[in-house]
Amino acid sequence: MSKYNVAIGLEMHCEISETNSKVFSRAQNAYTDETNVFVAPLDMAFPGTLPVLNKECVRLSLMMSEILNCRIPEYLAFERKNYYYPDLPKGYQITQNTKPIPIGMDGYIDIEREDGSTFRVGIDNIHLEEDSASMTHLYDTSEINYNRSGVPLLELVTTPCLHSADDAVTFLEYMRAIYQYCKISEADSKKGQVRCDVNVSISENDTLGTKVEMKNVNSFSGVREAINYEISRQSELKDAGRYAEVEQETRRFDEETGTTKRMRSKVDAIDYKYFVEPNIPKYRITEDLLAEIRKSIPELPYERKSKYMEKYGLSANDARILIKDIHTADYFEECLNLGIDAKVAANWINGNILGYVYKNEQDIADIYLTPSRLKVITEAVKSGKISSKQAKELFALTLERQEEPENIMKNEGMNQISDASSLQAIIVGILDENTSQIEQYKNGKTNMFDYFVGQVMKSTRGQANPVIVKEILTSELNKR
Amino acid sequence: MTYMDKSLEEIHEALISGKVTSDELVQESLKKCHEVQNDINAFVTILDDAKGGEVTKNLLSGIPYGIKDNYSTKGILSTGSSNTLKDYVPFFDATAVANLYKVGAIPVAKTVLDEFGMGGTGTTGHTGSVLNPWDHTRMTAGSSAGSAASVAAGVYPYALGSDSGDSIRKPAAYCGIVGYKPTYGMISRYGLFAYASSLDHCGVLSRSVADAAIVVDAMKGIDKNDMTTWDSKDIHLRQSLTGDVHGKKLFYIKELCDIANYPHANAELKSHLANFQATIQKCRDLGMEVVEESFDNDLLKALPSVYVVIACAEATSNMSNLTGFIFGPRGEGENYIEMMKDHRTKGFSPLIKRRFIIGSYVLQSENQERYFKNAQRVRRLIVDKMNDFFKKYDGLIMPVGSGPAKKFGHHDNLLSADTQALEEHLQIGNFGGYPSITIPNGFIDSLPVGVNITGRCYDDANVLNMAYALEQAMPYKNQIAKEVK
Repeated sequence: MSKYNVAIGLEMHCEISETNSKVFSRAQNAYTDETNVFVAPLDMAFPGTLPVLNKECVRLSLMMSEILNCRIPEYLAFERKNYYYPDLPKGYQITQNTKPIPIGMDGYIDIEREDGSTFRVGIDNIHLEEDSASMTHLYDTSEINYNRSGVPLLELVTTPCLHSADDAVTFLEYMRAIYQYCKISEADSKKGQVRCDVNVSISENDTLGTKVEMKNVNSFSGVREAINYEISRQSELKDAGRYAEVEQETRRFDEETGTTKRMRSKVDAIDYKYFVEPNIPKYRITEDLLAEIRKSIPELPYERKSKYMEKYGLSANDARILIKDIHTADYFEECLNLGIDAKVAANWINGNILGYVYKNEQDIADIYLTPSRLKVITEAVKSGKISSKQAKELFALTLERQEEPENIMKNEGMNQISDASSLQAIIVGILDENTSQIEQYKNGKTNMFDYFVGQVMKSTRGQANPVIVKEILTSELNKR
Repeated sequence: MTYMDKSLEEIHEALISGKVTSDELVQESLKKCHEVQNDINAFVTILDDAKGGEVTKNLLSGIPYGIKDNYSTKGILSTGSSNTLKDYVPFFDATAVANLYKVGAIPVAKTVLDEFGMGGTGTTGHTGSVLNPWDHTRMTAGSSAGSAASVAAGVYPYALGSDSGDSIRKPAAYCGIVGYKPTYGMISRYGLFAYASSLDHCGVLSRSVADAAIVVDAMKGIDKNDMTTWDSKDIHLRQSLTGDVHGKKLFYIKELCDIANYPHANAELKSHLANFQATIQKCRDLGMEVVEESFDNDLLKALPSVYVVIACAEATSNMSNLTGFIFGPRGEGENYIEMMKDHRTKGFSPLIKRRFIIGSYVLQSENQERYFKNAQRVRRLIVDKMNDFFKKYDGLIMPVGSGPAKKFGHHDNLLSADTQALEEHLQIGNFGGYPSITIPNGFIDSLPVGVNITGRCYDDANVLNMAYALEQAMPYKNQIAKEVK
């Protein structure tokens, strides 16, 4: 923790991945490893081409604007941000920078921390724009891939209202969840769909210090590192009485080293010469349209969280984990639809299933153990057919073999022994062979009880019902 | 017997009756292209492989025409008259061109313009100056220089032009023909190389109002590739030409048309304004009311600077795609910046570079309020003023320029300062997106001069009908340039 007041502002760029076509051209809006296949003439700025606005992008942007409690402009308009770079074929980006053009302005959203406390994030604006092409820099040449050129992008700009890297990441994670819940974006950092710019300043009082911006931080862990690095860099300079060396500048975050390096100072800032895009006529945003959009906002993560806690009695922690990713929440709700007990489902998901998903870097929506297969396992436990220990084994085998859990139970002879008379015979046999251990038990070494349980499990290959085993074992030991 | 000097309806009649075939028309037109090219240098490309086509009921079918070289034409060199695109062969047609293909029109040439439409002289294209077919020592004006010169020379009945300030309507006047720019968005700009998007219009140069109406009837229409287009399917321009203009009301601007306002007036200007008054009398004879109105002199004086600021600003942004990376000759250099600089330094003429610098300057954040934003505000004031007049009047009638075509090497003088607004008032039509048409209205020293009618947005049929009626009352319809000097 810095002893100074830290002010953090974020710019979160999120590609809209769920429209059929790009924001101003008819090229397909999709992600592929093949280069230069989703390209329309506009995406390479061939002479005479014109932008045609994708209405679905507008609808989704307005939805975000509503969710973020933003002021919405009377007219929809765009402007040009002019600069030269090979990934920008037109020589300008069509965007919405200058108020009152952004599709959402001066909003806020309340965010919950893990400990249940909340904080409010001010939204300066959210705006719709187009992505640039992507570039690969080789030894002496660079390659340009125009698939990304013109992909719709939502840029969300917060006020400098955040005070820690943890809060910044909590906010970003929640925003990512919203994008997913609203079917706006997969918001997948690995596909480059989410990219952040971060600005950090420190101060001894309530005024803001010198703002340092870090560009293109491509993962949330990177955001955390970049913020923490920058706080300590600035704090150290201030401690040393060298705060004047902190310049208003743009720095690049280096993922390899977790440090930031200077790109350019404020003096070299680019003048983007913004002006209104003349090829897109102003379009009036009606109250009817907004009402329709408000109606179409799906259940948002925190709404699901309250529902899980209030209706299904889950703990705040369980509910918080479940809603983090829409596929997890959907998986959970599918379990409920199939009649799996909410707490049982939550335990399975938040324990074994997410553990497996993270370890194997898979999406919960894609794993072999679907909610209906999970139900086979939970039903078997519920009916006493298998023990919970067997259930864990069955879970692992189902995923490992990609085989129906019923078959595995059958083939592996998984059957819990709950029959008291057969268990009694086994227990008596074991006790008869372990007289010295009984002696130790009687002399006060009470943990020998677990040893006997272990022996029973071993001889039944884990099939013995542990509750019944413990009952019989207690009474048999008392008899001796 | 020649046909390329006839009207569209006459040529169509000849085709239908079998007096001539489409192939023969194409050959006649190509031959004429080559004949005049040495004299007037109107073409970037002559399409020697062009073939005749099917003749249908459509008046344009099977008939040759010319295309300004800033229209994207599939498989045909399209240079914008710039070295930056000197070898560029597009893979798609501009919507207007595609629409003409649909009705069977046959392109035979791509015509020279002032580089990317910037300039009003016809002297800045990468293939050299276009000469006025009436007098080879004179300019055609521009930027649709080659289109105007070739139509006037009788190469074909019409050619496509584009107009951001007066680029169709002024060369039309100087070449003694008709130039029509419809309401903004009536014809799609998709495939027209952008100069100043909020001012750019597609249009046509022809030798009669009826021909202009027929061509625009085919070019126009809502286009899913251009968001600024609007639905004009209920507008039928040719059918609207009745010649009945009784009760129509026109006005002209006193400050610009009164010879007393030009202390340095020469004989040319005096004849031009006197000829304009004679044209007004013809309008009155036709049953139109023509009234002199006063326009705010400050707004008139501001016209040229408002135009320069807005046009240059949009141009510098629009032409940022010309880097030589994706199309056009690749520049030389150690890195992308050097390569791009090399491409643009070698590719653009000095005039364009000057305009880019102006455009860039007026858009800089510290200058934008003073120049660009103010220019937009004044544009709004001018349009508001015009719209007020259009509540009372069907149109504005004005002389085009201050006389006939200028000589090459013409230099600005005292008179030029006085006549600046008179030279540039046609830009009002671009500021407001108004339909605007120039027709020939006489000769000064055996050189043609023109008159312009500009009307309300979407009221193209009315504007054209007034021009049509006036054209009938004068003997200049379908005139072909005769070299006079």
